[in-house]
Amino acid sequence: MKPEPSIASLDRRDFLKVAAAAAGVASLGSANTAQAADTAPSGLIDTNVYLSRWPLRRLPLDETGALVAKLRANGVTQAWAGSFDGLLHRDIATVNARLADECRRYGDGLLVPFGSVNPKLPDWEDDLRRCAEEHRMPGIRLHPNYYGCKLDDPDFAKLLRLATKRGLLVQLVLIMEDRRMMHPLLQVEPPDLKPLADVVKKTPGLRLMLLNAMNVLRGQPLLNLLQAGEVCVEIAMLEGVGGVAGLLEKVPLNRVMFGSHAPLFYFESALLKLKESPLNEDQLRAIRCDNARRLLAKKS
Amino acid sequence: MNFDIWDVHTHLAGVPGTTPETRMAKLLEYADRMGIARLCVFMGMSWNYDPTPEFMRRSNDEVMQAVKRFPDRAFGFVYLTPKHTQASLDELNRCVRDGPMVGVKLWVAMHCNDPALDPLIARAAELKAVVTQHAWIKITGNLPGESTPMDMAELAARHPNATLICAHTGGDWERGIRAIRPHSNIYADINGGDPTAGFTEMAVRELGATRVLYGSDAGGRSFASQLAKVFGANIPDTAKQLILAENLKRLLRPILSEKGIKL
Ligand SMILES: [Zn+2]
Repeated sequence: MKPEPSIASLDRRDFLKVAAAAAGVASLGSANTAQAADTAPSGLIDTNVYLSRWPLRRLPLDETGALVAKLRANGVTQAWAGSFDGLLHRDIATVNARLADECRRYGDGLLVPFGSVNPKLPDWEDDLRRCAEEHRMPGIRLHPNYYGCKLDDPDFAKLLRLATKRGLLVQLVLIMEDRRMMHPLLQVEPPDLKPLADVVKKTPGLRLMLLNAMNVLRGQPLLNLLQAGEVCVEIAMLEGVGGVAGLLEKVPLNRVMFGSHAPLFYFESALLKLKESPLNEDQLRAIRCDNARRLLAKKS
Repeated sequence: MNFDIWDVHTHLAGVPGTTPETRMAKLLEYADRMGIARLCVFMGMSWNYDPTPEFMRRSNDEVMQAVKRFPDRAFGFVYLTPKHTQASLDELNRCVRDGPMVGVKLWVAMHCNDPALDPLIARAAELKAVVTQHAWIKITGNLPGESTPMDMAELAARHPNATLICAHTGGDWERGIRAIRPHSNIYADINGGDPTAGFTEMAVRELGATRVLYGSDAGGRSFASQLAKVFGANIPDTAKQLILAENLKRLLRPILSEKGIKL
């Protein structure tokens, strides 16, 4: 694949389509492709994007500029960005510095950095400090299964406590890809979630968001966790026909947010899920932006 | 662009409803929201890895019931098992030669490189029915009878005149695409796995857009995540249209015209 010229032309085409729709040129529902601008209320916050390189393949949108163009073309007004480097790198300080810098350089305010903190590394508390004080990040994104850190590990509980004290929103990523197709040398199981409700209860003020949770966590265990505190989910790995409407039958609306897992996933997947389910204006607005905006604004 | 969309892979399982007809109606409700014109549907209200002839017939009856209610929207594929050759051949005749069905679905009863499949594939080719074979490469371990795309490549080499559809492109698509690449009678159905970016681009690059088919695996999967593999891919609109419907129409045209159905 030679992505550069064709990505540029695709993005331009998408941009023109959105621009046309915004100008009222395109009629409602005339296209069945993913278009944010046709029916949706304004504002779309993608709570689950990544920058830098996925370790196992090049992705069509793993250049920040190309990702930003795709997000903008689809109506995204804010994207919470973690770094793929946070999975395996040990020099987390530079991972977070690069992430913050990349978010500043691209996107013109679109990208909001969520730093990595690995509580199994020596002096990890300073990574947390830099995320909050130096990079002014509003939150952190954790991949405990890539750190070899179980959720009943005292260091994990301490990290949640210190993050909460600093007013940071915590994103906990349960899995990055389908475990059936992982690289044989990089088989990373989702964490055992049984201890999590207890950790949440013991961390007053914690704002916790579970990313890529929906194929790992369902039914009563999901509800128990949501009831344990201020815990939210996003829809990147939600599946099943009419999945979002189905989820809302079980889970309170204010706990569900938009997330794409781009660029590892095609961005359009999450956006089309909002079209597949019959959702009213209030539900759409809550999932697309209001819930995420409220969560980020809240400081414990 | 307003694409014509045909879905090569849907099920009655995982869809709300107590009868095949109500489930089909529900599936079509969601399909309508996504602009999907037609659905290929197979396997009944409940599933069995290793179906008995009775189970197989019941599954196919349920699908025919569902399809009969929506003849302009849904095509049935007959669920067969190479473990029961004669019963499967009879079922093929009942549902395809004498019934409304247009394709065959084989799942996980037996690896598809087994010679036991030969009479079924040969008969399907005679009837001009396309054959969808489930295929997955799982690092976590395949089921005992679960085929891989490599198994399918062996089957395709023995049956160059059959039209074979590799469901899920093997799940592990980076290996699946390579495994089926030498056999021009295997088509890559991109349904069922996560919407991992780059999948469709690689399939088009390595197989050509004419060998790639859109399918969803709804109700277990959402239409949305699977359509995103096409809409989100960095490929020309002409390739998207081939994948979304034109390739499938081309593959089904011979059997449909035999049944007097014009496209
Ligand atoms: Zn299936």
